[in-house]
Amino acid sequence: MDADLIVQILFAAIKTGTPLLFIALGEVICEKSGILNLGQEGMMLMGAVVGFLAAYGSGNMGFGVLAAMAMGAFMSLLFAVLVLHVGANQVATGLALTIFGTGLSAFVGADFVGKTLQGFQPIPLPLLSDIPYLGRVLFSHDILVYFSFVMTIALIYVVNKTRIGLTLKAVGENPHAANAIGIKVLRVRYLAVMFGGAMAGLSGAYMSLVYTPMWVEGMTAGRGWIALALVVFASWRVGRIMLGAYLFGLASIMHLVLQGLGWSISPNLLAMLPYVATVIVMVIIGADHFKEKLLAPRSLGKPFDPRNMA
Amino acid sequence: MKTHNSIFRLELDNITKEYPGCLANDSISLSLMPGEIHALLGENGAGKSTLVKTIYGVVSPDQGDILWNGKEVSIKSPSIARDLGIGMVFQHFSLFETLTVSENIELCLSQKQLSDIEDLPHRISQLSEEYGLDVDPSRYVHSLSIGERQRVEIMRCLVQSVKLLILDEPTSVLTPQEVAGLFNVLRTLSKEGCSILFISHKLHEVTDICHKATILRGGKVIETCIPTEETPASIAKMMVGDLAEQDAGYSKKEGTETVFKATNLSLTSKHPFGTTLKDINFELKAGEILGIAGVAGNGQDELMAIISGEDGRNVKRALTMGRLEIGHMHPGERRKIGMAYVPEERLGRGAVPEMSLTENALLTHSKGFIKNGLVQWQSVKEYASELINKYKVKCHGEFSEAKSLSGGNLQKFIMGREIGQSPKVLICAHPTWGVDVGAALAIHQALLELRDQGAAILLISEDIDELFLLADRMAAVCDGYLSPLIKTEDTNIDQIGQWMAGTFINTADVQEAKA
Repeated sequence: MDADLIVQILFAAIKTGTPLLFIALGEVICEKSGILNLGQEGMMLMGAVVGFLAAYGSGNMGFGVLAAMAMGAFMSLLFAVLVLHVGANQVATGLALTIFGTGLSAFVGADFVGKTLQGFQPIPLPLLSDIPYLGRVLFSHDILVYFSFVMTIALIYVVNKTRIGLTLKAVGENPHAANAIGIKVLRVRYLAVMFGGAMAGLSGAYMSLVYTPMWVEGMTAGRGWIALALVVFASWRVGRIMLGAYLFGLASIMHLVLQGLGWSISPNLLAMLPYVATVIVMVIIGADHFKEKLLAPRSLGKPFDPRNMA
Repeated sequence: MKTHNSIFRLELDNITKEYPGCLANDSISLSLMPGEIHALLGENGAGKSTLVKTIYGVVSPDQGDILWNGKEVSIKSPSIARDLGIGMVFQHFSLFETLTVSENIELCLSQKQLSDIEDLPHRISQLSEEYGLDVDPSRYVHSLSIGERQRVEIMRCLVQSVKLLILDEPTSVLTPQEVAGLFNVLRTLSKEGCSILFISHKLHEVTDICHKATILRGGKVIETCIPTEETPASIAKMMVGDLAEQDAGYSKKEGTETVFKATNLSLTSKHPFGTTLKDINFELKAGEILGIAGVAGNGQDELMAIISGEDGRNVKRALTMGRLEIGHMHPGERRKIGMAYVPEERLGRGAVPEMSLTENALLTHSKGFIKNGLVQWQSVKEYASELINKYKVKCHGEFSEAKSLSGGNLQKFIMGREIGQSPKVLICAHPTWGVDVGAALAIHQALLELRDQGAAILLISEDIDELFLLADRMAAVCDGYLSPLIKTEDTNIDQIGQWMAGTFINTADVQEAKA
């Protein structure tokens, strides 16, 4: 294998991993506040279709991205109201959101299937993209990939270094104690859930505006679910999510690479790789019960109602 | 009666709070001088916790006024309380285990307070030295002992330079030595003019350090007194109304043949914050009560779980009952051969919250309530109401859901249910935790009666006074080690206190216990 091929593979891995990175960054913030939102796939699909329609209609790609983020945030707001305010079960509500989003996106996008867009074009960064090898792997992407780099670094900083991050972790670990010291638990959770929704929408937009600039029903192909696994894989650490996303991206393109190298394995088997990897990772992490408990937000999935505080 | 320009730091005027079906605070009035250590006494359910939560802004009162330095204030949230200078140390600590001490403290401070402190970790170390608190700002809270966590909570308040410190049963989780340390800190604070509101139901502590005491019963103020002028007995009388038999001193017995034995029992904990059991050996004899003292979280839960079989792991020959090895049995099998078990956690482990008391009574039955595969509901109901009457369980009836009972009342019911099995071996944790004095007496007598009938009882408790009262032999756990066993008459509170702090570990005593 020559260096050029490796550069191409890594470039593709980053591109493929970017939608996973966006959605998993959103979900990890949401989970850190103690809320498990299984509606990722639904929000992502809605983001993809709305982003595509908005960009197609207006001819403005940026507008498409914003519309997708707004749509994701709106979907997650529905989820947040049901879960935080009405006290609905998080798992059931999240699943419902996914089913709802899958159906609605297919309905809304029915007339646009097969239409294509120009899509975001790569912008090689001056100077940086001239670095041998690394420049082509990291700095010859489109604007959304750069945005994902910035977003990851910003979140690492916010979660680990700021009061906002501290508050978020406190709410996720022990909402009752957080309430007792005067943190507005529900407000923090609303914001965290909606951030997650906006990121899911953005992830969807990346799919329909950059990765394959068109709309196809169910085009996210389970990435919302992989993102949920990715958060556990990264043991709720933001930095590791980026690493994990690119690893999954690499697993996703492996079948193309291997075919290119002339391996005679059924492409269907190889296309299973990322999903198999997900299952394996979940099993490995699940086996280490000890560690999982220490790292997971302790109130994850548990409801909190300040009105019930005696 | 709104006295302005008063000399009091805090005044409560006719505070009333009603929960559905329960008047928690009924026109409570109370006042505190600067520097005063004021005890709030009462049995469980007397309204102490509700009252302090009102002061701290967690609960809003239905009626009544709060005056702070003579001015009427409305404390709508804990952050308002903190801005006024009120700090609180909760009974169940409100710390975040995955954060460091410093981060925990930072979360409690407002932006303004934070900007006044240049270097928070440094300030913590400084205060730590000043008050002898021994708190390391960089450690993660999950690695701290209960006593250390409490000091972190107190530190939280000190950093904000509080004027009123509220402590909700601060000593219930400490060793006697730690209690002494805590009292020194409180005395220093009091001298500096900080008022302290101290909830307890340990009377000797109140007479020890409090200047004044307010006694609550049924949500009302019964009396305000000066503890040094009273005796523990006279205060207890005010708390319970009719004179309870305090510390009557029960007769001690010696057990006969060994019915339960743990041999070289070692086991790693399943939980990240758990304690590993290390080479535990003891024999439990018929007709005795063996008391195990220890500060919470030193292996009691793990020991209980492995003895009851709840842990689920096979420890083979490490546990025997009579001649039977029971290490491989699941809890049901152990119960069948005569073990009964009262877990610490009442709702969820001791009883199913959503089930009625009748159904809960059936869960561990051994009395033949089932004929031809059908439940004899009539006899179960009678059995349940018999338990309710015998142990004076306050509830609407045997049809009440377990979760509708207060902790103490449910505990009485569960204790009654287990004692009612006439077990050969009874394992019980904190039998009277949160139970009022009258009911505790009933439970004590039932335990002694069971012992006199020849049952072997293993009593795990954090209440050292209760252990001395009931146990025939005693031991202490610390960090998963079990101390040697000793006859209660041959030891004293100091020695057990030392053992609770682990002085027996890595000494000849451990060797002796192994032999």
